Amino acid sequence: MTAKTDLSSTPDSLPSSPLIHDSRTLPRWSPWAFLGGSLVVATGLLALIGTPTPTGVALLGAVFFAISLTAYSARVEGRRHATDRFATTLVTAAFGAAMVPLVSLLWTVLANGLPMLTASFLTSDMVGVYGDIQGGVLHAIVGTLVITAWATVISVPVGIMTAVYLVEYGRGALARGITFFVDVMTGIPSIVAGLFAFSLFTIVFGPAYRAGIMGAAALALLMTPVVIRSVEEMLRLVPNELREAALALGVPKWLVIVKVVLRTAVAGIVTGVMLAIARVIGETAPLLLTVGYVAQVNADVFNGRMTTLPVYAYREWSQGRVGVDRAWGAALVLILIVMLLNLVARLVSKYLAPKAKP
Amino acid sequence: MSKRIDVTDLNVYYGSFLAVADVSLVMEPRSVTAFIGPSGCGKSTFLRTLNRMHEVLPGARVEGKVVMDGTDLYGANVDPVEVRRQVGMVFQRPNPFPTMSIADNVLAGVKLNNRRISKSDAADMVESSLRGANLWTEVKDRLDRPGSSLSGGQQQRLCIARTIAVKPQVVLMDEPCSALDPISTLAIEDLIEELKSDYTIVIVTHNMQQAARVSDRTAFFNIEGTGKPGRLVEMGDTSTIFSSPSKKATEDYISGRFG
Ligand SMILES: Nc1ncnc2c1ncn2[C@@H]1O[C@H](COP(=O)(O)OP(=O)(O)OP(=O)(O)O)[C@@H](O)[C@H]1O
Ligand SMILES: [Mg+2]
Repeated sequence: MTAKTDLSSTPDSLPSSPLIHDSRTLPRWSPWAFLGGSLVVATGLLALIGTPTPTGVALLGAVFFAISLTAYSARVEGRRHATDRFATTLVTAAFGAAMVPLVSLLWTVLANGLPMLTASFLTSDMVGVYGDIQGGVLHAIVGTLVITAWATVISVPVGIMTAVYLVEYGRGALARGITFFVDVMTGIPSIVAGLFAFSLFTIVFGPAYRAGIMGAAALALLMTPVVIRSVEEMLRLVPNELREAALALGVPKWLVIVKVVLRTAVAGIVTGVMLAIARVIGETAPLLLTVGYVAQVNADVFNGRMTTLPVYAYREWSQGRVGVDRAWGAALVLILIVMLLNLVARLVSKYLAPKAKP
Repeated sequence: MSKRIDVTDLNVYYGSFLAVADVSLVMEPRSVTAFIGPSGCGKSTFLRTLNRMHEVLPGARVEGKVVMDGTDLYGANVDPVEVRRQVGMVFQRPNPFPTMSIADNVLAGVKLNNRRISKSDAADMVESSLRGANLWTEVKDRLDRPGSSLSGGQQQRLCIARTIAVKPQVVLMDEPCSALDPISTLAIEDLIEELKSDYTIVIVTHNMQQAARVSDRTAFFNIEGTGKPGRLVEMGDTSTIFSSPSKKATEDYISGRFG
């Protein structure tokens, strides 16, 4: 590890105020020095056994780092500082560990999907595509956007109004019951939502009916509890003082809710709706079940099958060969759509959020 | 403007808990009535019954009569929303609407009610209300900045401007200065002095000097113990209450506070 200089000086030369450290502190760069040292030692040790892999070096190095820095700090700085350094190391390591799958996922999707991302891929569908012709995702993009939009249109008003009821009006058994069932709904497996929508539309329109709206209904069923929950949280954050201030000005309750409560919470509501959309936009099972797959663009949500990006990816993947590339391309497009929606939502929230101090 | 409020035999409940009992008193127009009393004796509770804000809380209810201008505010076909338009309220903590600019905060009573107002009327209303609240010179150059960008004392005056913009008959104030520094407090006390010529003003305060300075009449509330309801002990001209109160409890409370 790093060279030891004589840092353990005699404390009796220092003034004896309880506010003044009676021990030294490590220089600011020392964690980095320890990190470097630990990685070198880990590489060396692993090289003795075999060929060092990056994963192995990172893991072993992290362990060495945590032990050596804590031990050295305990000797030089005292116990409290050592505990602090150990906790900091743990927290940082946890953060790093959480980032690994995220970064690796993005990296894999980008590496595999980017080569597919050509103009023709984005603007053509799969009509007449066979063999190694590239094909496209236009129909799946349209399907995903249309179905998700309809799911949003169905679930957001229901969700917001339920949340308003729970926060502003609901008391007693009814409100408790609704809260309970919302919690239960949050846990519904998506395939069950798909089956529900399928049987609902089959009962009403007969077994041959296929339309995007079936998928939208299934997704709406999954979205609604998420919307209710997040909007409810946001409405509860609105200070009661604002409601009272508006009521005391002689504003009727419904206008207080619309123009003060919802208006104040709107940034959070937009974020909550976005989370709900992100939750369902990648759903595959209920859509496979209800709206299936079709090769051409179909923007009519009330008539005929529709293709969505996840179903497209699944389907192409199972075809193998060039289909696998198309699946990666579709996955990348889906991630881009979610990112774009998030960006828009952020701008909207930023624009609508209560203005803080200048 | 400015009306008299006549309260008879008022009992105020939170669910089954009787918080204030048997209050009968009169608040005169164009004068300032102060409510004083120890913490928890029901001053805020009572004040909130005067514009029917009390019943906003779940389970809260009121028995008795509050008569303004010959109408019982708790009468069968009285609309609480209309009552609150006539009887405005300023809260303990300044609470401007965070999504609105300074000007929009003043216009809140109009805008939140979806009422149409011409640009010039709105500008007049903003100016006269802010002047009325002694805030105009401080904010006239930044009317479109958020209301929350003001200092606490300015925010409280903004809330007063917002309240008087809807032209109420009565203004209720619940410890309006308790979150403010002495200078802002003086500004608000001066303002109360001016507003008095147009409105019936009722103010709750823990500050004896403030009650003595701003009010014409003072009502002393007290509570016998926890769980017991608060009651009106006595009410009279402020000078009388502070110099020669007729009840011992009042004297104890006032002298205890003075030193
Ligand atoms: N929302 C409520 N629900 C139930 N009880 C309440 C509620 N608000 C107040 N109380 C009770 O009513 C009584 C009177 O309270 P109130 O707030 O009116 O006192 P106050 O005189 O304004 O006190 P302070 O001077 O501290 O503001 C107290 O016993 C209090 O605990
Ligand atoms: Mg109070």
